[in-house]
Amino acid sequence: MKGSTDARPTLEVSGLTVRYGVVTALAAVDLHVLRGEIVVVLGPNGAGKSTLLRTIAGVHRPAGGVVRLDGQALPAGAPERVTRLGVSMVPEGRRIFGGLTVEENLRLGATPRPATLEVASLAAILGRFPVLAERRRQVAGTLSGGEQQQLAIARALMARPRVILYDEPSLGLAPRIVDHIFELIGELRDEGVTTILVEQNAHRALELGDRGYVLSAGRVIAHGSASELAAMDLSQLYFGDVGAA
Amino acid sequence: MSIDEFAQQLINALSLGSIYAVLALGLAMVYSTLGILNFAYGELITVVGYTMFFASEAGLPFIVMATLGIVVAGAASVAMQAVIFRPLRGASFVTLLFASFALSQVLQGLFRQAISPRSKGIPTPGLFSDFIQIGGVRVGVLALITLAVALTAMTVLLVFMRRSRAGLQMRAAAQDLTTARILGVRTDRVIPLAFLVSGLMAGVGGVLWIARTTSVNPGTGFTPILVAFVAIVLGGLGSIPGAVIGAFAFGALEIMLQAYLPGSVVPFQFAIALVAVAVVLVVRPQGLLGHEVEVKV
Repeated sequence: MKGSTDARPTLEVSGLTVRYGVVTALAAVDLHVLRGEIVVVLGPNGAGKSTLLRTIAGVHRPAGGVVRLDGQALPAGAPERVTRLGVSMVPEGRRIFGGLTVEENLRLGATPRPATLEVASLAAILGRFPVLAERRRQVAGTLSGGEQQQLAIARALMARPRVILYDEPSLGLAPRIVDHIFELIGELRDEGVTTILVEQNAHRALELGDRGYVLSAGRVIAHGSASELAAMDLSQLYFGDVGAA
Repeated sequence: MSIDEFAQQLINALSLGSIYAVLALGLAMVYSTLGILNFAYGELITVVGYTMFFASEAGLPFIVMATLGIVVAGAASVAMQAVIFRPLRGASFVTLLFASFALSQVLQGLFRQAISPRSKGIPTPGLFSDFIQIGGVRVGVLALITLAVALTAMTVLLVFMRRSRAGLQMRAAAQDLTTARILGVRTDRVIPLAFLVSGLMAGVGGVLWIARTTSVNPGTGFTPILVAFVAIVLGGLGSIPGAVIGAFAFGALEIMLQAYLPGSVVPFQFAIALVAVAVVLVVRPQGLLGHEVEVKV
């Protein structure tokens, strides 16, 4: 939804600070996502991108700052409650339950919703992901990387989220598969899912995204529209002096 | 030893193994979901014993004694989690292990002080000591009842874990708690539930154990917890099917040693069984069904 005029952001991160012991992983990060936007978060390894997503999702408890969904503060350190409020995460490394079947993985995704809706949601999702329908009784650990990534996304969709947080969805996948996954992320946005996409693959992510933020050493060092960021020399940004400016 | 005698011993072995399997499943349930090795699990069996003892003093029939024993064990297990393990959430494995040792000792002390250090007899139906003749094989009624009850309990557990939403959530939590929580699995539901299931298995296993031993004393829980622990280590720590296999293997070993060892060595039967387990673990450190630590990418 480029050029949206909806003034109040769907998701708003204000002054988010996360520490692991003495290490500061995020330092007063501000970020917002408008309804139906894809916001890309870029940055080198260890910049705090995953920490940002995991803190929004409620996995980490921040030392300071707040995350708001439609103006309401999200509970800190309680991922099971964040999911119930409509924010789902597709975690880094997919985090499929390898010992459970494809169908069981999907059913788990429906945990926040009433049990009576599970069957209908499952049917809808299997209709959308024919690969998963074919393999529904198969143990998920036997799926290929691309299939597992689809399963991770499908599993998140079972909760009917309004916001999806993707953590490195292209990691370890062949380019052709990455195309497919990015296409899917775009489709879901077109259906109204507000999106934050954390990616190493800056070029691809900026093609898809509306706006972006660049993190380095736990701080936002640049932000702007996807085209503005695409025009910048990101490696210069990551490692150069700009961060100090 | 004839074929008939062997068949008889085999049924005894299966029967004892099935008690061990139920006990091991209860212990493994909490270990695999939460990584807690709860040594106070043995005291749940003692609790079953005392519940049955008081119920029999109150003149209740055996089936009611047994049901009460199972229910009280389930409740006691949930209480253990609320009082001891919940406040220690996030503590290290060793901290939790020692907390469970301490709890075990406190409970044993309580039983000694509040009830009696001496054994209390628990009456069982006369039927339990009967035998029936199947062909040339003389089989104890208790052995058959035990086998039937234990297999039923295990089937119910299996169906619950496989088919129900709560069971699926418990399996997911056992594999990867953080991801399960991200998907909406509530730890404040799953953790007490794991302890409840564990306690109910201790209850069923405890009733079967008490029906065999027909008495209870403050140290009653020691052998069952030891055997359950041996079974899950032998089967492969963290593997639920492994716990069952380990339990049956250990039960069979114990019965066969009893049957085949020369009389003067029989008192060392349990010790020899434990040495045999140690030897198996030297050869297969991960246990019978255990696997090397899985690396997830």
